[in-house]
Amino acid sequence: MRERAPKVLRGPVPRNKEDDQVVYIDGDSAPRILFSGEDLLLEDLPIGTRVIYPKPPIEGLANPGAAIRYALNHPLEADPLYAQLAPGMRVTIAVDDISVPLPPMATPDIRQTIIEILLEMLDANGVDDVHIIVATCLHRRMTEPEMRRMVGPKIHEAFYPDRYYCNDVEDPDGFVHLGTTEHKEVVNIHRRAVESDLVIYVNINFVPMDGGHKSVTIGLGDYEVTRPHHEPTTMRSSGYMDPKHSTMNTKIERQGAIVQQHLNVFHIETVLNNRMFAGPTAFLSKNEDEFTEIDRLKFEAMRWSLGKLPAGAKRKLFQAIPSQYQLIAVHAGKTEPVHAKTLVRCFEQYAVHVRGQADILICGVPFISPYNVNSILNPILVQTMGLGYFHNMFRGKPVLKKGGVMILTHPVYDEFDHVQHPSYIEFFNRILPETRDAMVMHRKYEEEFAKNPSYIEMYRRGNAYHGVHPFNMWYWGEHGRQHVGKVIVAGAQNAHVPKILGWERAESLSEAIAMAKSAVGPSPEITMMHHPPIVMADME
Amino acid sequence: MAAAAFYDLDGTLVRTNLVHAFAFSARNQQGILRSITKTAATMLSVPLFLATDFFNRRLFNDIFFIRYKGESEDRLRALSDELFDTVLRPSIFPGAYELIDKSRQLGLRQVLVTGALDLTVGPLAKHLKIDDYVTNRLEFVDGYATGRLLPPMMASATKASWMRIYAEKEKLNLSDCYGYSDSMSDLPMLSVVGHPTAVNPDIRLRNTAMQHDWPILDLR
Repeated sequence: MRERAPKVLRGPVPRNKEDDQVVYIDGDSAPRILFSGEDLLLEDLPIGTRVIYPKPPIEGLANPGAAIRYALNHPLEADPLYAQLAPGMRVTIAVDDISVPLPPMATPDIRQTIIEILLEMLDANGVDDVHIIVATCLHRRMTEPEMRRMVGPKIHEAFYPDRYYCNDVEDPDGFVHLGTTEHKEVVNIHRRAVESDLVIYVNINFVPMDGGHKSVTIGLGDYEVTRPHHEPTTMRSSGYMDPKHSTMNTKIERQGAIVQQHLNVFHIETVLNNRMFAGPTAFLSKNEDEFTEIDRLKFEAMRWSLGKLPAGAKRKLFQAIPSQYQLIAVHAGKTEPVHAKTLVRCFEQYAVHVRGQADILICGVPFISPYNVNSILNPILVQTMGLGYFHNMFRGKPVLKKGGVMILTHPVYDEFDHVQHPSYIEFFNRILPETRDAMVMHRKYEEEFAKNPSYIEMYRRGNAYHGVHPFNMWYWGEHGRQHVGKVIVAGAQNAHVPKILGWERAESLSEAIAMAKSAVGPSPEITMMHHPPIVMADME
Repeated sequence: MAAAAFYDLDGTLVRTNLVHAFAFSARNQQGILRSITKTAATMLSVPLFLATDFFNRRLFNDIFFIRYKGESEDRLRALSDELFDTVLRPSIFPGAYELIDKSRQLGLRQVLVTGALDLTVGPLAKHLKIDDYVTNRLEFVDGYATGRLLPPMMASATKASWMRIYAEKEKLNLSDCYGYSDSMSDLPMLSVVGHPTAVNPDIRLRNTAMQHDWPILDLR
């Protein structure tokens, strides 16, 4: 980092006052920190570049336990939970899986806190037929240590494995067909949930796409349930982080209406703040212009240490640091009103007011995504993060102009996890070299992967994502792919991965910006989204 | 074009191997003394079997099948059902049924390609609803085993070449076929199909599967 005195943000008075989180680079600005996988880059950005920072964490609730109890006793458009319980009832508690929050939060996980309160209440009301299902759907089965960590040893020992398990979409007798929407969207839901008197869903709303009807309908659904929307036409038609305008969300709501007709669902949704980094890594959430000398030292020490470690060790190191999220809202009751309240709080934490689209969007891709906890961010997932998540972090319209250039910083190493992502490997090496057209691969190859017996067994008996998952992840980037004119990956350590992904490669960020300028003109509007933690652009 | 799923048997779909089958026959000799002697000899030979199997499957076959010399064909056939009930059926990996079932649902023909003996494989193949199988066959003269195998000896490259011929005869597209094995000695068999999978692999096959990015399954 350049040697300079710590300073407060100054420089050209923001040309358009947008939000305190929007900062413009001037001649005196400090270089910016970007994630590049497991490395941290320090880059001087061109003068005039707009940097959008996440909002500071909203202060966590002082007494989460009390807030949870209050929510259970004062639910929205539903009777209090205790009033719905009776001895001899069959109850299923469903929980979000390890894909949220990221990285996994420091223990006790909020799911543990909620389930402990629920079990206490169920026990007090004579309900002892209780199962806990992790709503994994096509995600990988969680390992036993991960499951233990999520609910704590006490619950784990009492329930695992017979009464605490993951949703297995390949269980031949595991699902009940509840119906089909008027648009021919199938609704198959986990048998245990359907045969329960009450389903209590415990959600963590990490991004606005989560929660609502998606929780039960997808989380406890099977592959057939996902097919109407986890496909290229739906994903191409709209972004998916703004539920009001998301085609996927519309379809899921139609399916959810059928679920609601058949199941008695009591929904508990939580919102966490974005205190992803705390303690020694808290500086990663700060505006670099406001770094103290200590922050600089910490950063340099971290960068030096990371530079000495092999990639695998860096990955383990990062994944071993739990996030320090705090609960900022909890609502319970009927799915729709609960989710409406959740989204308000969610956007309050994430949404930053931004005026005007950019010609060039720069995003540092970190080491983690919802789909590689304790694993590798493989090239397909880098694509998902860039063209899927980062591109879609908007309300209104994308941050990038149509046809603009997206610059991602990541080494895009050709590495895959054989245990978690076996079908990704075949997808990357066999399907992508033939076609990157999501429509073609959907039509030609999706079924083959979905029904591959080896992938099914690895999903069921191992800890592999379902065979079809890499297709879903490619579709996830479909809206971005249609919108973005070009993707340049800066710092790519090889040429073939960007080529297979259909991207251009640059050695450094400055080279990438120069390449981007040749596509969009010499005086582009450049914006950097300072992920992570999560930030969403509320586009004017 | 049609396709098939080709399975190795020992260690892939069942926990047992050739030695277990032979040990069963050794235990069930006519006369207790003969049973004890043959069982003890088999047990003492286990390190030799392991060593030869590790380095060369063909050498293992030469050393191993000679132990059958003098066995009566009738007796071996008579014991095969009992062998299946008491030794083989309990040794089928729990995941094997489902793997075969899912594979059948894809419309794949189910084929066992194994170095085990036909006498032992028949009931198992029927139980697993296998469509076709090829095995090793003992040579019998005047109703007694000579300790030699009839050609072709099913091991390593022979399995692959049998699969190629079979695919041609049955009009199967090998690129669409699946192959499952636990052992490095079956690398040729796995290499000729479009969808190879290492199942409960030994360390050498595991490393090879990792290098080739093949799926690695654990059916145990």
